[in-house]
Amino acid sequence: MSELENRNPDPLTKNVVFLTAVDDIINATRANSVWPLTFGLACCAIEMMATGAAKYDIDRFGSGPFRGTPRQSDLMIVAGTVTHKMAPRVKRLYDQMPEPKYVIAMGGCVIRGGPYVKHGYHVVKGVDLLVPVDVYIPGCPPRPEALLEGLFKVQKLMKREKILDRTRRTTKPEVYHAVYPGLILRNAEDGIWANHWGSQGEAARGVGGGGHRWRGPVCGRQGRGVGRRGRALPR
Amino acid sequence: MVVKAEAWAAVAGLCRDDSRLGFDLLSCITGVDYPEREDGAEIEVIYNLDSIANHHELTVKVKLPRDDPRIASVEEIWRTADWHERETYDLLGVVFEGHHNLVRILCAEDWVGHPLRKDYEPPDSFHGIKNVIY
Repeated sequence: MSELENRNPDPLTKNVVFLTAVDDIINATRANSVWPLTFGLACCAIEMMATGAAKYDIDRFGSGPFRGTPRQSDLMIVAGTVTHKMAPRVKRLYDQMPEPKYVIAMGGCVIRGGPYVKHGYHVVKGVDLLVPVDVYIPGCPPRPEALLEGLFKVQKLMKREKILDRTRRTTKPEVYHAVYPGLILRNAEDGIWANHWGSQGEAARGVGGGGHRWRGPVCGRQGRGVGRRGRALPR
Repeated sequence: MVVKAEAWAAVAGLCRDDSRLGFDLLSCITGVDYPEREDGAEIEVIYNLDSIANHHELTVKVKLPRDDPRIASVEEIWRTADWHERETYDLLGVVFEGHHNLVRILCAEDWVGHPLRKDYEPPDSFHGIKNVIY
């Protein structure tokens, strides 16, 4: 599914000699062999399992070997409610994953606490308070198609990697504001959130359009504060 | 059936061992917080007992003072009370005397407060993670 660009400018040898950039080769291999971390925390995990099973078959899209250890994974699909008790474990698993690593926040709970946003004393109000999130997939839970689309977004992000560009690694992620006070608190107006919890009032306040409109997965890293890479995603 | 807290240990033993009662299964322990009762603030601990042999069931309520809720553990009588009592302790702060390991079971070990009490206020942050309410 990766379209490698032939950068050979010579019309005579163009069909014979295929030239491309190292970045493209590495990114193509990386994006077509995504190894997610098996990380089901709640009911979203059921949809994640369905995505991996025969009917939706995530293997068709160059992903799918769900790993049992963070050291072999490059994608963390946080599927399910993250509680305060679980939070240190989530952080630790993320830290144990080798770079480059990507995070999908799957479902309302992981994005902003979901139904627990007001009275859930035990729920972390968004996993991006703990780890940097690349793609948000709203839904409660999101359907397997939505997770697949989120995976495609991650693959697009992977194809943007540059091996010499280490800004992503060296910039302190914005999300650490909760752990390191002084950095800006996450902005509720940033519009990353729009799903059907929005219609319930509390969660809708100042966060995106609210209502039932499906917007599909939203990429988190683009243009959100310092340290994010501001380029828009290719459509 | 409402039982006084002092009598509960003896009553529980009788419930299990008397052949006419024969409550061999403790199916649930719950607690309810009543901060505004006419005879003072109370926490009620509710035991649901079942008898598999005799096909009957019993609900036992024990009323405890809210400021110092203490009750004898029935862990030795029904082993299943172990985790149930830990949960009631975790969420309501009922101290089960004689329990071998009365620590929190649902919340994190260093959680402050008992969340199912009516006057519980969730913390603004826990271990540096803010409880942002949007």
